[in-house]
This record gives sequence, C-alpha cells and structure tokens, in this order.
Amino acid sequence: MSREVVDADDERAEGNPTADMQAVRPVPFRGGGFTHGRRLGPVAPLVFLSVLVLWEAGSRSGIISPVALPAPSEALGALADLVTTGMLWKHFGASLYRLAIGWTLGSLLGIAVGLLIGLFSLARAGLLPLVSALFPIPKIALLPLFIIWFGIGEGSKVATILFGTFFPTVIATYGGVDNVDRNLIRMGQSFGLSWLSIVRKIIVPGAMPAILSGFRISASIAIVLLVAAEMIGAEHGIGAYILMAGALFATDQLIAGVALLSALGLTIGWLIGRAERALLSWRT
Amino acid sequence: MQLILTGIRHCYGGTSVVDDISFTVGDGEIVCIVGPSGCGKSTLLRIAGGLERPDAGEVLVAGQPADGSLNPLTYIFQDFALLPWRTVEGNVSLVLEDHAVGREDRRAIVKDVLARTNLSEFARALPRQLSGGMKQRVAIARALAVKPAIMLMDEPLSALDSQTRELLMDDLVALWQRERFSACYVTHNLNEAVRLGRRIIVLSRRPGRIREVVEIDMPLAQRPQRLAELEKLQRRVWEIMREEAREADREISDVA
Repeated sequence: MSREVVDADDERAEGNPTADMQAVRPVPFRGGGFTHGRRLGPVAPLVFLSVLVLWEAGSRSGIISPVALPAPSEALGALADLVTTGMLWKHFGASLYRLAIGWTLGSLLGIAVGLLIGLFSLARAGLLPLVSALFPIPKIALLPLFIIWFGIGEGSKVATILFGTFFPTVIATYGGVDNVDRNLIRMGQSFGLSWLSIVRKIIVPGAMPAILSGFRISASIAIVLLVAAEMIGAEHGIGAYILMAGALFATDQLIAGVALLSALGLTIGWLIGRAERALLSWRT
Repeated sequence: MQLILTGIRHCYGGTSVVDDISFTVGDGEIVCIVGPSGCGKSTLLRIAGGLERPDAGEVLVAGQPADGSLNPLTYIFQDFALLPWRTVEGNVSLVLEDHAVGREDRRAIVKDVLARTNLSEFARALPRQLSGGMKQRVAIARALAVKPAIMLMDEPLSALDSQTRELLMDDLVALWQRERFSACYVTHNLNEAVRLGRRIIVLSRRPGRIREVVEIDMPLAQRPQRLAELEKLQRRVWEIMREEAREADREISDVA
C-alpha cells in the first residue's frame, strides 16, 4: 500500500530512490519443480484402468480390429479357460519350477565365484577374463548345446537360466566387493579380526547392496531366457503356451500368457524390493 | 608398554613419503605428530600399528601390555570406521567376537564401555542416526573394549565441528586421567596438539622428516586454566611449521 503512495507521487519517487526500496514485498518462491514429493498413490491404478477401458471400448466399437488385437475381455476369458481346465497351474507351475531352480543355482554360484574374484588375486587373474568373454554371449544361442548335454527335458532349460543369471551375478558381486570401504577392512585388520570374520561381517554385508541390485537384473534376464527356452522345446510352460497360441493365431490366449509373464515379473520385483528393505534397512 | 620406531622410511611408487623417522612413545605418554598436509603422518601411523610395511626401519614394542589387553595397539580413525549395518552395541561387540571372551563377558564389556562413554541410551541406534561426535564416541568405546595399551589416533577429531571437537577433547583428557593410556596422536590441528601432547613431533613437508620435538611438561589437567601459556607454545610450533606448510601447499598445486 505504501507503494501506491510512492507511485502516485512520481517526482518524489525518482528524487528519492530509497522510497521504492522501503516497500516491503515477499521474496518470490522459485525452488519448485524437479522433485517427487507429492503422494500420488491412486494415479497408477487409474492409468492402468483407463488404458484397459479405452482398449475394450476400441475393440467393441470396431476401431481396433479383433484380428490385430483381441479385447481385454477376451484375453480375460482365455485366462478363465486356463483356470477352469486346470492348465494354468500346469503351465505356470512348470515355468516357476524352472525359474526357481535355475535362478537360485545361478545366483548362488554367481555369488560364490564373484566373491572368489573379489577376494583372491589368482581367481581374478584366472576367472575374470573367462567371465568377460562368456558374459556377452546370448545364452539362448547355447540352448542346442545344452539340449545335447543335459537332455531335452528340464535340464537344458534350467541350465540356460542358470548360465544367464550366473554371469550378471558374478559381475555384480565382485563389483560390490571392490566397492566395500577399504577403511572398514583396515579397521577389521587393526582390531585383529580373522580373515573369515572380515569377509563375513564386513565384506559380504558391504557388497550386499550391489548383489541385490544384480538380482534385479538377473531376474529379468531369467524371465526372458525362460520364455525363449520354453518356446524352443517344451510341452508345458508359459513360453510354450504363448508359442502355441501364436501358432494358432489365438491372440486372446497370447495376450493372456503375456499378462501372466508381466505379473510374474512384477511379483519378483516386489519380492526383491522386500528383500532390499529387510537386508538394507541400515541405509537411509 | 612402549612403542619404539627406528629409522622408518617409506616410498609410494618412487616418491619418498617418510624418511628416517625415529621416536618412542613412552608409558602413559601422549605423543602428538603434526606436520603439513601430505607429509606422511597417516602413513607413519599405519606403519606404527602394523597396517603397512615400511621400506626400511623397524617398529618395536617393549614391555608387556596390562593383563586382559586383547588388542595392545588399537586405532581410532578419522572417519570413525563404524559398520553402518551394525548398531552401536554391535559395532563394539564386533571387535570382541574374535577373542576368547564368553557371551556373558562380552555383553558385560560392551555395557561397561558404553557407560564409560555415556552412550548407554544409544546402544541400539544405527551409526547413520548419530552425529559425528557420537560416532567418534562409539569408536572410542570400541577401542576401550579391547583394553588397548597404546592408542593410535589418526586425526580423530578432524571430521568434527569445533564445538564437538572441544567436547570430545575434554572427554579424551578425562579418559586419560583415569586410564593413563599411551597414545600416538596424529593431527594437523596445533591446538589439539598443545592441549593433549606430552611431546609434539613436528614433521617437515614431504618426504616427512622430524623437524623438531617440542616437550610440554604441563599436566593435562592444568592446561585448560593455562591457555595463555599454551597459546605461546602453539605459536612456537606454528613458527616451526609455517614455511613447511607454505611450501607443501605450493607443492600440491604444482602436482595438480
């Protein structure tokens, strides 16, 4: 309000520059944006739902040809068929079994070898070049070999997933070991802790964040390899189901299978998130 | 127990870091080592505790540590070196777990050292929940748990703000009054050196050599009351160091 007085009396304002400065005004806020502070819980389900509704409406009105893409309700129908015929568990169970065995063995072996590479110079010199050479090979290219070695049955599929998850886990683990704070190790040595204690109580927990983020990557690789292996030679399994649906152009079944894979991936991601929260609660 | 360093020499990839350093840390004595940055103070301390092998020279101990000393030479680090995934209790108990101490005894020792460092109510806190001063208190508690004969302190207060530093310095003095531990105390803070040191060893810039040894006879307990005299001593040490520090400062900018 004092500003108005000053504006009205132009001559005085010009003659006396401090008069305008004395007008009190707030400093404008300019720190907004670029942060994700707001809680927007219901947005995600809303987006999902509206995509499904649009898709369904498009199919019903004929904008989306049923040949190109089946309506979500048809895919849901195919899924219901799977449940009622009892085939759901047969396919899903077979896939889950292969995934669980392959990923668990691959991860355990990967952590073991990663620790060896991280801890021993000899292992690093001998194994690291080997790992680097084998890591970039798409493991699915080796499936025919695995079929010869481990048979057409479960063995070859488990082996594909095992090898696929082994290498990223090795790399995540030894990277994690390398990144453990050297000062903590030195502290352990200065207090006379045994070698095994330092590994168990300092190095492994220190490498845990890297190992768990390696799990995220290896789990998604495992799902990709699972489907690929099942498409090449399997009677049951989500991959086999999708392949069969594709061959018959039963696109509703195909979409149902893909939705199952998506649900599987989301569940695994959620489980790893839970594991992270439990094991890494010491981080902020 | 005494710690004796004779003719210590060490190089990192052709650059000499410390050169011909000999001194003794006597029983119940705090020896401060000061010097310009990059003069090899921390290297010297690592060598003193057997964490690094010197290129030449020997580190010896004389006499027996007190009964029940689990780790005669014990470090306190500048960055505290606490395991972030262990609670305060867990961090202290860590250094006892490898010794032949029963579960009950271990619990008793942890409880005792936490009480002595006024940390009892933080026993279950994680390091990230604590302030810098509290973290260093935990590190001191951990060091006390193994009943050290000689403490090797690597700039223990340098990561703290000046008020916390003052508080912890009082704690250290009080602790020394009770336990009369020997210590080799590396710092770049001359005020800490004159407040805590029985002797101050002034190192030259790289390669670190002993420039001068300043003896301070004043008892630790009297020092807070005789700050004027300490001020004089501190200035004297600074006069010795000044040129070295200036040269060291220039040296580093040359390298970069």
